[in-house]
Amino acid sequence: MSLLRNVRNWLDQRLGWDDLIAPLRKKTVPLHRLSYWYFLGGITLFLFVIQVLTGILLLLYYRPGANEAFESVQYIMTQVQFGWLIRSIHSWSANLMIFTAFAHMFTVLFLKAYRKPRELTWVSGVILLFLVMGFGFSGYLLPWNTLAFFATKVGSEITGQVPVVGKPMMIFLRGGEEVTGATLTRFFGFHVAVLPGLATVLLLLHLLLVQRLGISVPPKLEVQWTANPSAKREMKFFPNFLLRELMAWYVALGVLGALAALFPWNLGVKADPFVSAPAGIKPEWYFLFMFQTLKLIPPKVWFIDGEVLGVLVFGLVGLLWLLLPFFESDHPSSTKRWITGVAVFALAYMAGMSVYGLLAK
Amino acid sequence: MAFLRNKLRPFSAARVGPAGYIVLASCLSFGQTTNSCLDCHSALPDPLGVSQEKFSQDIHAQKGLTCISCHGGDPTSDDPDKAMSRKAGWKGKIERKQIPQLCGTCHSDPAYLRQFNPSLRTDQLGQYWNSVHGKRLAVGDTKVAVCTDCHSIHDLRAPSDPRSTVNPVNVANTCARCHSDADYMKGYSIPTNQFAKYSTSVHHEALAVRGDLSAPTCTTCHGNHGAAPPGIDKVQNVCSNCHAFQAQMYEKSSHKKAFEAASLPGCVVCHSNHGIRHPTDAMLGTGPDAVCMRCHTPGDRCDQARAGLQSSLSRLDEAIKSADQVLGVAESSGMEVSEARLGQDQARDSLTKARVAIHSFRTDLVGQDVQAGLKIAAKNLQAGEKAMVERNYRRVGLGMSLIAIGMVLVGLRLYIKKIESPNKQ
Repeated sequence: MSLLRNVRNWLDQRLGWDDLIAPLRKKTVPLHRLSYWYFLGGITLFLFVIQVLTGILLLLYYRPGANEAFESVQYIMTQVQFGWLIRSIHSWSANLMIFTAFAHMFTVLFLKAYRKPRELTWVSGVILLFLVMGFGFSGYLLPWNTLAFFATKVGSEITGQVPVVGKPMMIFLRGGEEVTGATLTRFFGFHVAVLPGLATVLLLLHLLLVQRLGISVPPKLEVQWTANPSAKREMKFFPNFLLRELMAWYVALGVLGALAALFPWNLGVKADPFVSAPAGIKPEWYFLFMFQTLKLIPPKVWFIDGEVLGVLVFGLVGLLWLLLPFFESDHPSSTKRWITGVAVFALAYMAGMSVYGLLAK
Repeated sequence: MAFLRNKLRPFSAARVGPAGYIVLASCLSFGQTTNSCLDCHSALPDPLGVSQEKFSQDIHAQKGLTCISCHGGDPTSDDPDKAMSRKAGWKGKIERKQIPQLCGTCHSDPAYLRQFNPSLRTDQLGQYWNSVHGKRLAVGDTKVAVCTDCHSIHDLRAPSDPRSTVNPVNVANTCARCHSDADYMKGYSIPTNQFAKYSTSVHHEALAVRGDLSAPTCTTCHGNHGAAPPGIDKVQNVCSNCHAFQAQMYEKSSHKKAFEAASLPGCVVCHSNHGIRHPTDAMLGTGPDAVCMRCHTPGDRCDQARAGLQSSLSRLDEAIKSADQVLGVAESSGMEVSEARLGQDQARDSLTKARVAIHSFRTDLVGQDVQAGLKIAAKNLQAGEKAMVERNYRRVGLGMSLIAIGMVLVGLRLYIKKIESPNKQ
């Protein structure tokens, strides 16, 4: 123990360690019947860390390129010691992370945690969610299998529908007119360099804001606690909440291990650009609600191309979603109920359309 | 009316009737037309009726030919006497026995056809006169097929057009119009059940159900313009056009000489002709589908060889199925066995080769392919079993990890309880 104390003293003398971790010691977590939802952000962070670690391990063997990508992933799955486990955990963790990120966003929305002064925390969080979806889109192509190839083809084609900038954007994404090996190396660059860089900066900002502004209390409770401060209940972040969060991480690790061992991520069939697309090709589940919506829009709405209209509407909704806190009232006693209504509708729409897309032929 | 004096008269007088006269009269009341043939015949009932719409579908019309190309006459004249005058070269209805020669006027002329399609054959007429149809027509039998019976008339389409009566998919139906009509075929002493049998065959299934246009239809084996039944000694030459390896094996086999000596028609002896079913290993057996025992005696040397061949094919078939089953279970458990799956295709190729080698009727040749297939199937089975061992190893590992995680969770819970107990605080 004296060694530990010595190290700590050494750090304190040079870095002011005690001052650095003082905010953590002071940090508290509000205690109420909905406190469990606070774990979601931490679980998403844990899964992100898993992604980074497994991603680095996959990089040791993965080779980007139309002639090598599939074979290298096949090698990882069959020849590399525990390669199957690392790749399966990376794929499952990616999906779970997107799920928990969405869940985290909706809990923030329903608990109205985005209110003043946390608007920037919301904005950074929503951009992080978009980045995470970008991780999913770019990573999906990397094994270079048939499903990934055609899903990318369809996905990038939708990007091309954006008026004026759509076509150049599509060519930029694909590295040419078609999805080829150039697209693969480009997506690999986005997936392992551009997106992680942006995500790390935004994640640090997001965590800094959470640390700086503290954890939000639902408006009704905030009003009650302000009127009667003795009713306020809190838990120390360190170590009480963190230990509980650690338990949640262990549960997540167990779920990941079970999914990887019982349902190893499928490798599929190597992409062949010269064969026709398999029937009923669909994107990953988190893009399904948008894909199904675009499918349902008529080819022409008034004089506008249906798909263009869909892409424009989704773009506008995404922008409004990002700016949602700025439509909210500043005072906890007069929060806007219509925002909760919009959140319920959005959740129901996304879930409904995803299920419809999953079942549709 | 002058046109009643021409060859059309017996037909038109009997069938056209007063309505025809009214139509023709009304045609004449109009001004000058460019094709008076269609102006009138489009309003006439069958068999004289030819609508503009129907004729526009005809490949000849599309290439710029008109009525006069075959029938002669003067389509620029509104006067039927002039339009259908012998002086203007009008031929009227072409007699059946004249049809091949008329079509041959252009279709045997390479210089003329080159301007439309340089790759079009010009030997149809010569072939036709050598066909059973042509030979019988030459001796005055007008019931036999002439060009228009198969190719249709006035709406004749290119064979590549799926609507053409001679498109590969439609050929069997076209032939069956006569050859399945027992009344029509009376007096020819040939069966009329060929189409019924063909409809149950593996070839029909490939062509009509699977849409494989390379699969054989009537004309593939019998020829089209030179249609004739292949002679008994030529059957394997016909089948070998597609089944080349089987034919090579058969050519060197002991059965070829035996069949020739007995005047038996080669391939047809075991596989039949029009109603060829998908061959199975049961053909080598002793059950209802068996073919060897129709000629051979139970217990003789050949019967023993037959039993050996059947048993080695079954052994390879079973080995492939066993490996497939294990690989299927491994795959459904999420194990990566695509290489072994690919290997299974090689094992299946060996089985196919062994089945082809049956046509040599040599146990050593069949044995070589069977052994090669068995070796591959065994390797794939081993890969499947290894994948299953790996799957079980993963599950044990998962169980142990979950126990460890559970213990950590219990430990954490107890620690939280300890630090949050009132005594501690």
